[in-house]
Amino acid sequence: MPILTYREALNQALREEMRADPDVFLIGEEVAEYQGAYKVSEGLLAEFGARRVIDTPISEEAIAGAGVGAAMAGLKPVVEMMTVNFSLLALDQIVNHAAKYYYMSGGQYNVPMVMRAPTGVGLQLGAQHSQNFESWFVHVPGLKVVLPATPADAKGLLKSAIRDPDPVIFLEHELIYLSKGEVPAEDYAVPLGVADVKREGADVTIITYSRMTLFALKAAERLAERGISAEVVDLRTLRPLDIDTVVESVRKTHRAVVCEEDWPMCGMAAEVIAQIQTEAFDDLDAPILRVSGVDVPMPYAKNLEKMAVPGEEDVYQACLRVTEGHRD
Amino acid sequence: MYRKMVLIRRFEEMAGKQYMQASIGGFCHLYIGQEAVAVGIISALRPDDYVMGTYREHGQILAVGSDPKAIMAELFGRETGISRGKGGSMHLFDRERNFMGGDGIVGGGLPIATGVGLAIRYRGGDQVCVCFFGDGAVNEGAFHEALNMAALWKLPVIFVCENNLYGMGTQVTRASAVPDLNRRVSGYGMESAHVDGMDLLAIRALSDDVVAECRAGRGPWFIEAKTYRYRGHSMADPATYRTKDEVEEWRVRDPISIYEKQLLGAGLITDEEIRGISAEIDAVVDESVKFAEESPFPQADALYDHVYASGE
Repeated sequence: MPILTYREALNQALREEMRADPDVFLIGEEVAEYQGAYKVSEGLLAEFGARRVIDTPISEEAIAGAGVGAAMAGLKPVVEMMTVNFSLLALDQIVNHAAKYYYMSGGQYNVPMVMRAPTGVGLQLGAQHSQNFESWFVHVPGLKVVLPATPADAKGLLKSAIRDPDPVIFLEHELIYLSKGEVPAEDYAVPLGVADVKREGADVTIITYSRMTLFALKAAERLAERGISAEVVDLRTLRPLDIDTVVESVRKTHRAVVCEEDWPMCGMAAEVIAQIQTEAFDDLDAPILRVSGVDVPMPYAKNLEKMAVPGEEDVYQACLRVTEGHRD
Repeated sequence: MYRKMVLIRRFEEMAGKQYMQASIGGFCHLYIGQEAVAVGIISALRPDDYVMGTYREHGQILAVGSDPKAIMAELFGRETGISRGKGGSMHLFDRERNFMGGDGIVGGGLPIATGVGLAIRYRGGDQVCVCFFGDGAVNEGAFHEALNMAALWKLPVIFVCENNLYGMGTQVTRASAVPDLNRRVSGYGMESAHVDGMDLLAIRALSDDVVAECRAGRGPWFIEAKTYRYRGHSMADPATYRTKDEVEEWRVRDPISIYEKQLLGAGLITDEEIRGISAEIDAVVDESVKFAEESPFPQADALYDHVYASGE
């Protein structure tokens, strides 16, 4: 299988879907001439022209609204927000409009739109550019929320998101654009709403998504050296949530650690833990732990930022606690 | 056009009455007094054009020709409602007629109308999208972003400000540093016009020109129609912030009476025909109430329907 970066995989998905469906177009700040702030849209203007790869003013609310309107008129816009931080300026269009139209029109107007955005911590980008908002979007019925961890999933999920009849929030972790992985050469799509067991194990289930999946897999390697067999479940889609795969795994391992880069308060991990204890309380041999970002705005200083961002070591220690009852 | 205006007036009077009898819940914003704006502009459109409404949209959706029965049933929250009882007064949709909804967020429709304009251009069509909003919306960020974007890309969107002088209870002069909207809009490099919102024929004549301009690729356009709502902001508003005299001054210039006089003067209608239309419209409105009353409430499983088009 070809080895691609996460960014190349996303670019391929856009290119293939735009070739396959003339109603698909890309719109956002710096997506055309500049070829994307993170270069995801490299080469697309040259191939598809300015009609289908559209640079916009810095007007996030109007960009998202343009996507909603075009989708209601039957097109399939892929709206790029330069980062998820700026999507907050477009929340009215996403939450009050995109997420609502199908329901409040009694099924007349669906909104087949994808909002893509880089998400997560960067490298010393400070408090306004290092955030995760998946739990905000996940909170809203009517939206679907996808956070791929690997190049293969990034490509396959973006293709499904573009083909989907509903508004999909597609969040790409900005620190893994250059990560590499095998990507099938043939045409494929990864269905929305299906978690993936990225590593099988027997002693503890690590449930996570996005970049934390990569840390979980590394932690699982180290745990194996110690004789602890960890299963890693990558949620991939947070809404609709594939709780069945999670519960099936927890019933097998009897222990769970849920990991997110996001802040802990009312976050995705809290939701997953609530659902596990509802569905599988009797199967648990230990309290469920969560690994989250530290509950502060992101500091700039390198040493402080390192303390605020969860990583492999945090996952590893949490797994030790639920299996051996202590941290190292 | 006369018939449509009378239909809107009588429908809204009935909606107000039904609201007082608690058959209609929630917020209910009546269009009484503003009839000429929706009818004048929408009558200049083709069936394949698009209309984006506001939360005061009963008159707008009646003007596009949607079924009064289905609209009244929606206000009653019934299964047969135009949005299947899921939307209510502020969220009336009719996809068959390209009516893209009542929107409950002030200014929220402007970016969407811009997107519709973008889709029209993308497909190479010659339709237009009419976007209604009130004077309150002009101070929203969405107004600025959408107007700039539509003008930048020369999209076939007609932005129609129904200036009824009050954003809820706040008079325009207490909200806008530059109340003259044509002056503000000139900053976006967009053509604009000002029209008497009580004068149906003036609105229609202007709309014919503006629609033709936008179809020919010379959009977008901005229309300010000065109008007046006779009732409060919503049924819950006694409108104590304005004087009886002010309301009376506007009532003298009632859009339906003005047009009626014009038609009579031109010999295009007789008193007998007016009485006939009046009786006919009353029957239509009564029938809409009867239909709504006799319609069932939505089934319990409708609660979960239409969250996702993919069916999850």
